[in-house]
Amino acid sequence: MSLQPVMLWTDALVWLLVLATAGFAWYIARTPVLRESWHNVLARPMGMSSAAVLGVFILVGLADSLHYRERLDNGQFGVEVKSALDAALSPLAARSERTYSAPLATHSQSKENLEQAGGGTVRAAPRLQFGGAHLQDPQRDWRGDVIARAAAGAALGLAVCILFTALLALALARFWRCGFFASLRRLRQPQEKDLAWRSLLVTAFLFLLMAGAMAGLASGYHVLGTDKVGQDVLYQSLKSVRTGLVIGTLTTLVTLPVAIGLGLLAGYFRGWVDDVIQYLYTTLNSIPWVLLVAAAVLIVQVFIEQNERSFSSVAERADARLLALCVIIGLTGWTGLARLLRAETLKLRELDYVTAARAFGVGGPRILLRHILPNVQHLILITVVMDFSGLVLAEAILSYVGVGVDPVMNSWGNMINAARLELAREPVVWWPLLAAFGFMFALVLAANLFADVVQDAFDPRSGVKHPADPRASSQGGKA
Amino acid sequence: MIRYVLRRLLYAVPILIGVNLITFFLFFVVNTPDNMARIHLGVKHVTPAAIAQWKAEHGYDKPLFVNPEQSGLKAVTDTLFMDRSLKLFSFDFGKADDGRDIARDIRTRMWPSLAIALPVFVIGLMVNVTAALLVIFYRGTRLEYVGVTGFIALMSISSLFFIIAGQYVIARLWQWLPISGFGGGIDAIKFILLPVLVSVAAGLGSGARWYRTIFIEEIGKDYVRTARAKGLSELRVLFRHVLKNGMIPILTGAVVVLPLLFTGSLVTESFFGIPGLGSYTIDAIRAQDFAIVQSMVFLGSALYILGLLLTDLSYTLVDPRVKLS
Repeated sequence: MSLQPVMLWTDALVWLLVLATAGFAWYIARTPVLRESWHNVLARPMGMSSAAVLGVFILVGLADSLHYRERLDNGQFGVEVKSALDAALSPLAARSERTYSAPLATHSQSKENLEQAGGGTVRAAPRLQFGGAHLQDPQRDWRGDVIARAAAGAALGLAVCILFTALLALALARFWRCGFFASLRRLRQPQEKDLAWRSLLVTAFLFLLMAGAMAGLASGYHVLGTDKVGQDVLYQSLKSVRTGLVIGTLTTLVTLPVAIGLGLLAGYFRGWVDDVIQYLYTTLNSIPWVLLVAAAVLIVQVFIEQNERSFSSVAERADARLLALCVIIGLTGWTGLARLLRAETLKLRELDYVTAARAFGVGGPRILLRHILPNVQHLILITVVMDFSGLVLAEAILSYVGVGVDPVMNSWGNMINAARLELAREPVVWWPLLAAFGFMFALVLAANLFADVVQDAFDPRSGVKHPADPRASSQGGKA
Repeated sequence: MIRYVLRRLLYAVPILIGVNLITFFLFFVVNTPDNMARIHLGVKHVTPAAIAQWKAEHGYDKPLFVNPEQSGLKAVTDTLFMDRSLKLFSFDFGKADDGRDIARDIRTRMWPSLAIALPVFVIGLMVNVTAALLVIFYRGTRLEYVGVTGFIALMSISSLFFIIAGQYVIARLWQWLPISGFGGGIDAIKFILLPVLVSVAAGLGSGARWYRTIFIEEIGKDYVRTARAKGLSELRVLFRHVLKNGMIPILTGAVVVLPLLFTGSLVTESFFGIPGLGSYTIDAIRAQDFAIVQSMVFLGSALYILGLLLTDLSYTLVDPRVKLS
């Protein structure tokens, strides 16, 4: 079976972002001050743990960003675009039921008329096609089987965790120039200025134990149940990780150039440049955000509908809409950071070292790049990590309003939107909602905790004004 | 003072014109009236005649900026831009696609919005400030760590979760309050209670965390040390002295949202079936009724600019050193 790689637009940008991050990491490694700050972030237990959790989400998202098409039997390439994550989760994706079933259930949620062996029908919940199909007598064997599978999975997770610890100790032994066992001991009893390795190991232990148990159960059951059309909820939740990450990061990619450019220009050149830019962001800011995004998305929707034929697959169409959504949110969301940077630049431009540079005849662009930008980068960084979680949460709201990602795309917002009315059912269908909220909460909490640590490390005064709602604290221009 | 206010009001005009240009551009230039007609009539099987008729019925049949059929001043005034955008300045919102008068809808719907938004604002402010001060009172102890982490955890929960969980647990399981709906008079209270409760809970995390940073800045100041040196108890210092001074940045920061309370909250109102402006807007977005969306954008922007003006005025009220120029 041969594969044809497919590069969707958001894939290209995601990998570009990975490259940019790698470049930034290289720059950090070479700059002592930045290295010190990042060291402080990862030396805090909370920073290390949240970074590890974020790392897992990012790995899932990246695996979901490697897309390809399979060659079918007739030699043509299939229409369906799949990703590396799909390949890894193919057992989950393939095992669909007919409709709702509860987590770890063996029987369907709804009752049907079943034909009995001796003729005649009885009204009962039918057995699932895959969930617990291997059990002879579900009532007797179910509990034991679930425990056995969970334990086997957890044991596997534990083994992976031990392997991970050994590899980490081995790598650090070379770095610390000591023996393997000395390195293990130092992981347990860290010396001063060590990173919070112990927190990393604890996080990895908990995560691997949980993931192992879930994987063990997933071999025979639907761990988080199935949705209305019988699709595995765990699979959907994992597929939604990429959507959340893309919205949280690519939007920033759009925001940053605009915000940095306009903010620095307004603060440095003042005069009419400042007036024009201030007018721009006051105008943009005064439009209710959701309405602005909604209007833009509606228009993109019409555009996509009219150019239906230029997209060769559903995945490409959904991807175009996701990208458009990121661009729209980015272009409407730069005002907060721009205002912050303008205020900071206004202060910085009066400082001695900038005046000195000007006296030496250094030009405006060079001063901005060499003297101002490096001194506001902590503000940029803090804003980026703080905005990320807000954007992930905003996706759900926008999907509810009806202007979020494409309805066929997996996203937590779409999951919530599809399942929110099912709470009125009898018996209650709660698992799609809980799965979506749970995954979203894990990602956003990790991001928020990480942002908190980053803010402490890069801005010890913590004087950065950054409320959740940028409009709520608006200082109203110059008072 | 009056001259300052007048000048600021004049300054609002170019911003509102900008807002209008943006929405007009989005709604009528990028997305032409032909497209709108097609959406409303169904994308397929649309004849040009049907489109023309729909446009004529809803008043979208004029040219965008210049009408070549008219002469003189009328060439500019008898256009879509004049009809749909500039008329908004006289708060003449025109008619919705289903023929209802938008201005009247707004007038009747702003009261339910306010009935939810005002209690959320007042109670939320009190709860958040109290929570922030309590965490500061226990600073240096384990409770502070728990509190701050709790705030971060609270703000990591989607607001949709608070709404859905609140409706499910309080209204469906316990049946204490109705799930959704709205009523007039004293009856309204039982419908208002749940949305207010849910909204306050959803805002607690980010609000309290933000106020905490303000109060922390405040307790480093000299007057706090003086108050402690006088032998006042810590609780008294916090709730009498720090609270009073900390409320200045909090209140002036909150003034900007006061006028916007009229427009309500999109998601809360539509979940709880409140017939306010938020659900009005969301219904319009779903029905792709651009006349209503445009009116709401204009109204929101105008109220926001009013909020900015009120913010500046409130600075002079609380701090006599600030002079308006």
